Amino acid sequence: MTNHWTDIQNADVVLVMGGNPAEAHPCGFKWVIEAKARKKARLVVVDPRFTRTAAVADQFAQLRPGTDIAFLGGVIRWLLEHDAVQHEYVKAYTNAPFLLREDYGFEEGLFTGYDEAKRSYDRSSWAYQLDEQGFARVDPSLQDPRCVYQAMRRHYARYTPELVSSVTGVPVETFVEICRTIASTAVPDRTMTSLYALGWTQHTVGSQNIRAIACVQLLLGNMGMPGGGVNALRGHSNIQGLTDLGVMSHLLPGYLTLPTEADPDLASYLAKRTPKPLRPGQMNYWSNTPKFFVSLMKSFWGDRASRENDFRYDWLPKNDKPYDILQVFELMHQGKIDGYFCQGFNPIASVPDKAKLTAALAKLRYLVIIDPLATETSTFWQNHGGPNDVDPAAIQTEVFRLPSTCFAEEDGSLVNSGRWLQWHWKAADPPGEAKGDAEIMAAIFLAVRELYRKEGGTFPDPILGLDWPYAIPHAPSAAELAREFNGRAVADVTDPKDPKKVLARAGEQLATFAHLRDDGSTASGCWIFCGSWTQAGNQMARRDASDPSGLGNTPGWAWSWPANRRILYNRASADPAGRPWDPDRRLVFWNGRAWAGADVPDMRPDARPEEEVAPFIMNPEGVGRLFALGLMAEGPFPEHYEPFETPLAVNPFGKRAVSNPAARLFPGDRARLGTARDFPFVATTYRLTEHFHFWTKHARIPSILQPEAFVELGEALAELRGIRSGDRVAVRSRRGEILVKALVTKRIRPLTVEGRPVHTVGLPIHWGYEGLTKPGYLVNTLTPFVGDANIQTPEFKAFLVDVRKA
Amino acid sequence: MALQSLDVRNVSARTSPPPSARTTLEVAKLIDVSRCIGCKACQSACMEWNDLRDEIGVNAGAYTNPPDLSDQSWTLMRFTEEEIDGQLRWLILKEGCLHCAEPGCLKACPAPGAIVQYASGIVDFHEEDCIGCGDCIAGCPFDIPRLSRRDSKVYKCTLCSDRVAVGLEPACVKTCPTMAISFGSKTDMRFAAEERLPDLRERGFAHAAVYDPPGVGGTHVLYVLPHGDRPEAYGLPRDPRLGGVLRLWRSGTARTAGVVTLFSVLVAGILHYMRRGPLEVPPERPGGKEA
Repeated sequence: MTNHWTDIQNADVVLVMGGNPAEAHPCGFKWVIEAKARKKARLVVVDPRFTRTAAVADQFAQLRPGTDIAFLGGVIRWLLEHDAVQHEYVKAYTNAPFLLREDYGFEEGLFTGYDEAKRSYDRSSWAYQLDEQGFARVDPSLQDPRCVYQAMRRHYARYTPELVSSVTGVPVETFVEICRTIASTAVPDRTMTSLYALGWTQHTVGSQNIRAIACVQLLLGNMGMPGGGVNALRGHSNIQGLTDLGVMSHLLPGYLTLPTEADPDLASYLAKRTPKPLRPGQMNYWSNTPKFFVSLMKSFWGDRASRENDFRYDWLPKNDKPYDILQVFELMHQGKIDGYFCQGFNPIASVPDKAKLTAALAKLRYLVIIDPLATETSTFWQNHGGPNDVDPAAIQTEVFRLPSTCFAEEDGSLVNSGRWLQWHWKAADPPGEAKGDAEIMAAIFLAVRELYRKEGGTFPDPILGLDWPYAIPHAPSAAELAREFNGRAVADVTDPKDPKKVLARAGEQLATFAHLRDDGSTASGCWIFCGSWTQAGNQMARRDASDPSGLGNTPGWAWSWPANRRILYNRASADPAGRPWDPDRRLVFWNGRAWAGADVPDMRPDARPEEEVAPFIMNPEGVGRLFALGLMAEGPFPEHYEPFETPLAVNPFGKRAVSNPAARLFPGDRARLGTARDFPFVATTYRLTEHFHFWTKHARIPSILQPEAFVELGEALAELRGIRSGDRVAVRSRRGEILVKALVTKRIRPLTVEGRPVHTVGLPIHWGYEGLTKPGYLVNTLTPFVGDANIQTPEFKAFLVDVRKA
Repeated sequence: MALQSLDVRNVSARTSPPPSARTTLEVAKLIDVSRCIGCKACQSACMEWNDLRDEIGVNAGAYTNPPDLSDQSWTLMRFTEEEIDGQLRWLILKEGCLHCAEPGCLKACPAPGAIVQYASGIVDFHEEDCIGCGDCIAGCPFDIPRLSRRDSKVYKCTLCSDRVAVGLEPACVKTCPTMAISFGSKTDMRFAAEERLPDLRERGFAHAAVYDPPGVGGTHVLYVLPHGDRPEAYGLPRDPRLGGVLRLWRSGTARTAGVVTLFSVLVAGILHYMRRGPLEVPPERPGGKEA
């Protein structure tokens, strides 16, 4: 979230699209209810189904799964056509005035630079015109035909309400009513918050769904505002912490990226990741990359990392390609992976195409499961009849199960969606032999290190050289790890403006990432967490709920990254002169000498407004991007592409590309895609309030509340197939078949898409062949093995099926 | 569960006067249906606090699970899909005992002490005195109490009388994430309920209303209903009243008639004795036992 949970109460309009927070985030949803009560907020829900969130909404539109960009592109066009834009904000705080290169263009669904054979773009033309000093050229009048504003206007001209309606299935009147509600926040004293979750990410255009709402929010001037922002509602209690700490195949902690083979040494790695400012006087915060990266290396390797040895950059792995989960299971399926460690993860239920996953896991020599529960992955080799009809004798994979603790059985911090690091304390001892994850990993590490020490082996240096400073080596404590992430001074850290002033003495915990250095005098395991455990102690354990501004901003409650800042880009909540846009939302402001206010200002404290330091400090041009430059795989503007399985033969928005032209599809998986002729209905998957993923079916009460798998079918579809509520039905895709109970509902209606009826089928995911509920089929039996073009999140939200009475 | 801090106002099948030395607060639970998202946290909390575990059943094609109230499910989210004024509505009602001011169950109950009404307004079942006759089920205009197949006793929501007795709110109130359920004095809850109506009307719910039916003397569970003109769409009776037979049965006329009948029988007996004298046993005849 750019904002945070309690801030939702400040919104005038709450747009829920790509999520269902009443269902999946019921506790956080209280703040939507509060916004309705306090601000008379309007709740707008756009979803393939009439959900529990829709049940309390003021406006609802049912759209066809996978057409969010068509809808949001239509919103962008409507805002531009009706001049529902916060002009001063857009001019000063976005790249609308920036001039684009002459060779950038777009035609019939493809941007310039497409290579069909490689299914990827040469993105060099998606860039600004630069002047002699390397700064971007701008036209503050927004009239130049090459400026981003005009390019955006041209790009979305096709997204008329009529075409949007024809593609999404949302009636024109409903679409226009929702546009009006959204447009009501283009004024400085009204804001809209956008709440989304996996309903946007789990598409082949997932990242661009979020880009699209970012554009809408920038045009409306809602970024940085209390009650505004683009807010990802995270799915697990610590999935935010997972990404923060870089537990992804391409990341290092703090959103630093893992080197690739193209980065042979430290200098080339840093040069590529340390941008130069694209406008004069901008903060360009990633210019500090060397400080963050070198401090991370010091945290990894301790005394062994020094300037002389490039801080042991050579000890880091260099990826030859991305190793996302789809890639890994593809390699496993090809028999190229021997062993797999599966920690707090149930991939046979959570990665698409179960049949492929089962075949892949069966090719492993060994599989290690670290989990508190008996997951389906851990028993993938057992025959469970229909839901898992395998031959155990044919599977030779050796499975090790290491029981771990649940969250209430350990100390530690959880990072919530709003970036708050909240410390929690162990409430109970784990049962039996269960151990904490850190203890399990430490035992494995120490044993492996001992093997390397005794037997040598290929490149033992990083294993032998890893700093391991824990008091009890086989059981690093949560407090030790937290202190390490925060970081400490290795040598005295002094103030660059006054070398006599010592900011932190050697050995002390650092107070802020502003004290990190690139000379090896500081160590920090995750720069964005710097400030969470200082010399003053554990800031995450603070529990002062006082709210001085009345805006739900509680600086003394836990600790928020970065720098305890609660709303990102909050400089943008004030106008260019430093006065809050809305006098009722005084978050940060220029007090004549410095930036001040209820939140930690996202701005250099002494940056006078006349200096025109723009609020989006992580971008080298300082402004928010309506045009994403070359950062997105499939284009600088979000463009509608159909899901990989679509009921349409052509993309009505551009005939040269039906589906995302830059999405990766492995050869074997193309043959496993179905067509609308065989699979006429559009399916989508989702979660229910009663369950949490595949976990709570192991607990009795949630199992009582939602005991058995079902599929939601609209009344018209049920009639077409002669199905009644409670019937057992078979849902089939090109990849497999599942048997479930039918729930016939008025809440899913047939949509008229390109003049023809399209039926939507809804599949909640929670059941499996382990646990206390009625045994069920894993829904990913049906889903296609293709992901988002940028980050490879699988397309669970839009695919084709057929439904018949079983 | 007779608790010292809960003064009793009425007890089934007993006429002794209630204690009256203390003044205790009349309470109510307010369920604002417009804030409810049907998450079933109240159902979970009810099971947790009261140590209840219903069957892990089947899905019969509905979100409502378990399918009905039972001896193990004292509250239930009931989901109904309705088209109202051309708009689809998903009505979600937290079902459970309404704790009537004039409880039909208590009036119908023939077992002394099995149902009590506290001065707070809570109507509680004391299963140890329940004889399992089911009269309370027939007497309830809301169809709430359920006979257990396990022990042939009747169970329902206690409004967490054990928690309320020690100054806590009911478990469902504590757990509700959207604060759709609140708890306090009946006066405060009634006020809070009325306060919600202008906002709902402004949002297009022209008939939003508070459900506190006078036919049962008002209730200690109140609902804010966005479609207040159509309580039956949510599964609530439009105008609940105690049944005619039950009212007659428990009315003053019936009692007077009973007393008169009793007295007449007594008088008739005495008169009969005075005129005919004691009953004389005829002398025993030999072999009479074999007859």
